[in-house]
Amino acid sequence: MNEPSMSTDPVVPPPLPMTAASTKASPSTKGVPLVEMRDIKIAFGGVHAVDGVSVDLYPGEVIGLVGGNGAGKSTLIRALSGARPADSGEIRINGEVVSINNPRDAKAYGIETIYQQLALADNVDAAANMFLGRELTTRFGSLDDSAMEAATRKVMGRLNPKFKNFKTPVKSLSGGQRQSVAIARAVHFNAKILIMDEPTAALGPAETAQVRDLVSQLKSEGIGIFLISHDIHDVFDLADRISVMLQGKLVGTVDKTKVTMDEVLAMIIIGKLPDEVTQTELAGLHG
Amino acid sequence: MAEASTVPKNVASEPRPSVRSLLLSAEVDARLLGLIAALVVIWVGFNIMSGGLFLTSRNLWNLSVQSASVGIMATGMVLIIVSRNIDLSVGSVLTFTGMTMAMLQTQWLPESLLGQPYTWVIVLAIGLLVGAAIGAIQGFIIAYLMVPSFIVTLGGLLIWAGFAFEEASGQTISPLDTVFQLLGGGPVGSLGEIASWAIGALACVGIVYSLIASRRRRRRYGFPVRPRWAEGSLMVISVVVVLGAVWVANSYYWPAALAEQYGKGLNTPVGIANPVLIAIGVAIVMTIVATRRRFGRYVFAIGGNPEAAELGGINTRRTIMLTFVIMSTLAALSAAILSARLNAGVTGLGAQAELYVIAAAVIGGTSFAGGIGTIPGAVLGAVVMQSLQSGMVLLRVDSPIQDIVVGIVLVAAVGTDAALRRRAT
Repeated sequence: MNEPSMSTDPVVPPPLPMTAASTKASPSTKGVPLVEMRDIKIAFGGVHAVDGVSVDLYPGEVIGLVGGNGAGKSTLIRALSGARPADSGEIRINGEVVSINNPRDAKAYGIETIYQQLALADNVDAAANMFLGRELTTRFGSLDDSAMEAATRKVMGRLNPKFKNFKTPVKSLSGGQRQSVAIARAVHFNAKILIMDEPTAALGPAETAQVRDLVSQLKSEGIGIFLISHDIHDVFDLADRISVMLQGKLVGTVDKTKVTMDEVLAMIIIGKLPDEVTQTELAGLHG
Repeated sequence: MAEASTVPKNVASEPRPSVRSLLLSAEVDARLLGLIAALVVIWVGFNIMSGGLFLTSRNLWNLSVQSASVGIMATGMVLIIVSRNIDLSVGSVLTFTGMTMAMLQTQWLPESLLGQPYTWVIVLAIGLLVGAAIGAIQGFIIAYLMVPSFIVTLGGLLIWAGFAFEEASGQTISPLDTVFQLLGGGPVGSLGEIASWAIGALACVGIVYSLIASRRRRRRYGFPVRPRWAEGSLMVISVVVVLGAVWVANSYYWPAALAEQYGKGLNTPVGIANPVLIAIGVAIVMTIVATRRRFGRYVFAIGGNPEAAELGGINTRRTIMLTFVIMSTLAALSAAILSARLNAGVTGLGAQAELYVIAAAVIGGTSFAGGIGTIPGAVLGAVVMQSLQSGMVLLRVDSPIQDIVVGIVLVAAVGTDAALRRRAT
């Protein structure tokens, strides 16, 4: 499974698009990146949902992936999580070219995903969801529900101490509780690379704060996080670097400390980098 | 993987007792209780209306045998419906495999293998394999070629009925192997008094042991457990029900003429019929498969959220295909029982069986929205359906009226269930 393969492209890695290379990265981005996605292309019918995008992610780093609706953020990230493999391009994990064709491949590389729609089976309980596809079994091959419940209680005790409903289907839980089940799954399986697709979209303010704390905690443990969000405040709070997509292409990747929120908005809306955009255009954003 | 000692102990505090919380703390399935209550009402009602003919050991014994084949198939239908599919072909698969087994033991097997004490094993094994193969074909088309199960099995309904007619040129194939016939029940194909009590005792030991083992396991991890009284009553009730059922089966005696023919004395208890034993075995195995195995967990996860199951890394296609393999294999098992009971392979053997099987699963609480259903519920659903039918036969209700009543009950049962579910959420 770890055998390098894939890459329908020539041996020489394709050059970065001009826009992406034009901005220098933050000081933390040295050494071998945890994840490199190179020239990823994904098309649906004739529509290029993702068109030659390259991004990378270092250990302990949060990359905010932003863009309007239909910009291709989720589609790009689904190539990494194995939900919808890329048509072409190259993915490297710790510098090695890998082939990710389904969610199982991704999990084998320590990639865990928290999806926008949470991807929980509503009709079963928290433990069943946390271990979905990776159940613990006894030596007779039957499900070891007690061991799974114990592990779930342990992780939940860390993430959300107020969580008590271990025996009920997750359907009856609140948005925040459901979110903590989804996050618990990633935490328990020692994710090295975490993908969070709109993690706070369904949450109230207190629960959002909880997720933010958790992101900081995971980051300090050296986990690399791709954070997809509509909420530019979320991204500015949590991300180290911000990659902006527009109409399937990467506008650019910028260091959070070197840009203003308006400059990022300009990238999202008119697709111009901070050094290209004019003051009138920036002012126009709020018109 | 997880250390028990790290689990906090203060996870449950005793709630104030009310009927609702009592039931909750006993962890008894309310839907199952409702079904049992409905069954009691039906039984008592028919008993009063028929002047005491319904609740006799003879009628209840017959009821158990008649429920067996639909009950067996209903356990498979639960998995199919839970994973958001349907199998309309079970009746025709039943007819086809039944006819195949009849042909095998009368014409197709070589002479030297016919009439042997082991002939039935060969016939049954081939019959089950044919069933599994049919399920694999249909399941493959549904899971991998993505043709809707409604269409594939609607086609199967026509195709397998057609093949069943063709393979015997529409004739009735009879008589069958004498040992094979024992699969169908009847006083000869039953366990008798002592073996029935032995099975009953074994079942009681099994129930008590599994309740204690599960309690110990939860204790060891420091999880909340059922209150002692609940655990105790559950044990007592289960044991009483099991032994009561055995007692009823043993209260039914061999009919005088048959007893004389087989050299048995008067008042020889019949005991549990073979098909009933098979059905109970199937129900236990299928319950384990549905609740204690990965495969069952995946079936329910797919029914709850197919996308989540896929993203969780579950091989959803293989899982779906397997549910159809199981379903058709169970249809073949029912075919063996039904044709053994008739002592013949006939072309109409499984006609409309799919409707009764689906009805049994649905009355037993299986939801067409997917993700919800239990094996014991489906078996009880089969008993409810059969009770209605056999009660109406006792009351000499005309067959068209029977159909009307069964139809109304089906819609009413699902309607009530849907209404209750809406209120619960």
